[in-house]
Amino acid sequence: MGDETCSQSAKSDQNGKSWLAIILVGLIDIVLLYGITLMYAQGEIAFALLTLFLMACGSWVFISQRGYCYRYVFPGLLGVFTFIVFPLLYTINIAFTNYGSNNLLSLERVREIHLAKTYSSGDGSWGFRLYQEGGGYHLVLEDNDGNQFETLSFGELFEPVSIQAAPLKPDSAGTTGTPLSMREIIKQRSSLKQLTIIMPDGTGLVLAGLRKFGPLSKIYEAQTDNPLILTDTRTGETLYPDMNSGFYTDGTNEVGPGFSVYTGWKNFNEIFSNPGIQGPFFKIFVWTVIFSALSVVFTLIIGLLLACLIQWEPLKGNGLYRMLLILPYAVPAFISILIFRGLFNQNFGEINMLLELLFGIAPEWFSDETLAKSMVLIVNTWLGYPYMMILAIGLLKAIPDDLYEASAIDGATPWQNLTRITIPLIIKPLTPLLIASFAFNFNNLVLIALLTGGGPDLLGATTPAGATDLLVSYTFRIAFESYGQDYGLASAIATLIFLIVGLIAWLNMRVTRRMQEG
Amino acid sequence: MAMVQPRNLKYRVWYARIALWLFLALILFPFLMIISVSFRSGNFATGSLIPENPSLEHWYLAFGIPWENPDGSVTEPFFPVLLWLWNSIKVAFFSSILVLMLSTTGAYAFARLRFKFREHMLTAMMILQMFPAVLALVAIYTLFDKIGDYIPWLGINSLGSVTIAYIGGIALHIWLIKGYFETIDNSLEEAAAIDGATPWQAFRYVLLPLSVPILAVVFILAFIASIGEYPVASILLHSMDKLTLAVGSQQYLNPQNYLWGDFAAAAILSGLPITIIFLACQRWIVGGLTSGGVKG
Repeated sequence: MGDETCSQSAKSDQNGKSWLAIILVGLIDIVLLYGITLMYAQGEIAFALLTLFLMACGSWVFISQRGYCYRYVFPGLLGVFTFIVFPLLYTINIAFTNYGSNNLLSLERVREIHLAKTYSSGDGSWGFRLYQEGGGYHLVLEDNDGNQFETLSFGELFEPVSIQAAPLKPDSAGTTGTPLSMREIIKQRSSLKQLTIIMPDGTGLVLAGLRKFGPLSKIYEAQTDNPLILTDTRTGETLYPDMNSGFYTDGTNEVGPGFSVYTGWKNFNEIFSNPGIQGPFFKIFVWTVIFSALSVVFTLIIGLLLACLIQWEPLKGNGLYRMLLILPYAVPAFISILIFRGLFNQNFGEINMLLELLFGIAPEWFSDETLAKSMVLIVNTWLGYPYMMILAIGLLKAIPDDLYEASAIDGATPWQNLTRITIPLIIKPLTPLLIASFAFNFNNLVLIALLTGGGPDLLGATTPAGATDLLVSYTFRIAFESYGQDYGLASAIATLIFLIVGLIAWLNMRVTRRMQEG
Repeated sequence: MAMVQPRNLKYRVWYARIALWLFLALILFPFLMIISVSFRSGNFATGSLIPENPSLEHWYLAFGIPWENPDGSVTEPFFPVLLWLWNSIKVAFFSSILVLMLSTTGAYAFARLRFKFREHMLTAMMILQMFPAVLALVAIYTLFDKIGDYIPWLGINSLGSVTIAYIGGIALHIWLIKGYFETIDNSLEEAAAIDGATPWQAFRYVLLPLSVPILAVVFILAFIASIGEYPVASILLHSMDKLTLAVGSQQYLNPQNYLWGDFAAAAILSGLPITIIFLACQRWIVGGLTSGGVKG
């Protein structure tokens, strides 16, 4: 039924401009198709498919009349799909691989790297003379038959460089510049070691001694019947890719770099059975739940009390109070969190200075587990109560005044007003917001990353894990902080977080729906 | 209003007032402290709330001007704060424009047009809004790494990548604008349609001019959100001259190079404009938050 309105709208909107649209879409498609071919050629199949799918959808929407209505939503959905949905799916995909800093590349790239490895084989040698001309140097090489080759000029070298060499005709006047003595050649040895000289026939030469250059040979060559298996040309040993570990191996030793392979449920098994991960994971999970719940409770209590207080009419000047009370919410969170990090500093922080002055104590906010956790909660309550206050003010305005009027006639105390009238009336519309707030705090990476960085560290963890880490910051640290970044494990934990967040989202929808019905 | 007042009202008002003042003192302590710290000389100096020897050292450095110490040595500014602020503003401005364009057109279709999967899309948006980008950082990093192979100015360590990554957050804004569109009577648009206006014209010339307030709110919300965004920016940006403020500021408090005083001045300098924008637009933002929240 919906389609009819759409094509009708489309007809009225397409007077003569449609050919322009088709040309435009066509041009964009050509560019994209070129990109897709490149991606496919490089083995990025997931990304090629993604682009192809999005391109097909886009073309249909902007050319077909039936897709008219979708023209308005397509660009937005494209953004959501590319930057939210696709990363979520891709994360789940990575969770089943060993992708990480040790296994970063594809099998094909690793094979190419192995095939490009060379050594100086020592058969055949080229004597050389080093010439200096201005600030630059060049070499003249001579093979056993007396043929001479001259290289291009080079300066002082600190990293590997390939340069071309060309034949030096015997009848020409020879090369220019001053030849250098052996002593000076020794001085330049570190530069010469970086050189790979490409001869006219394509062989590469490297320094093979103080007086000669020798040819480079490939260490590995691919077997003809199975190009994935490599043979060491020096020893005849074979290297084969181990699809379980993601490394090339000769049976005993792994040869880096590794490639990423699907490892099935390995990452998930690690989380639940490896004591170095399982222990911290459950500790962190429990703390994440406690942290989120307490944050919601504390901010709600303070926010609600303040909302009641500044909505109270006899208290004059509540505009100013409100402004000042909202201030923690108005200042960007990353700034306030860093301010707290400085204020809580054990040695130079103003908070400890004050406590020292008043009570003679200097709590170790960042190294004691309980204190660090309380600090995180204090700061988060400070950051979050204005939001609850704002919500509560909005909801309080909707409560009719005569309810309080009636309770005042009956002589109710403020406490009774709060518990018998205010809370029962606002708790229902507030519930979905509280669940959303719980979900927000559950994933509050910014607070932990900027305030404690997760610390103090938990003992006995194989990956970096701290007492104040939330699940997301734990994931973040596994993926981006430590040496040996393990994207696969991080994605597996992220996948578990998806499940939890999905559950919270589902709960929220149910509560919202029940509220709308009721 | 004739409210029945209890007899001891006067005392209660005073109790409430004093409690509120004490609470405010506690809440505002960090701000007062940071202002004080920014005028102290040196990065480790301690002292009372009002500095004994006020110095503009940290403020000079925050503005990128070298500071000459009393002993004649010159301190160079450590971090390019103003550049970071400018980066943040660029990213926030362009991403907010993009978010605004995409969410307005999307909200129009959801509010006014009828098409297949409309309900499903709306529900999906609501659920997706609960999944922040924080959860998929590895994938986002890989995605931009790959994009960068083909379009360098959208790759890792470019401001363009951060700008477009923030488009993912439009779901909430679509809901917000859609709610506003639905409060506008569509008889005007119908009249325009009868006069031969296409849906696009009805949207562009009738509905949009009527919706300026909500567009301003969404722009400001998106702007503030992207200025304060930390996780995505921290993985995508690396080099000192590309950082946004949210990523760069934490470098002041590195234990190996603790620049507490310099941080204080930089924090005030960069936080103040954003805070003022927020407070100035407070009424609309609060309205948008509560209505969007209650609906979401």
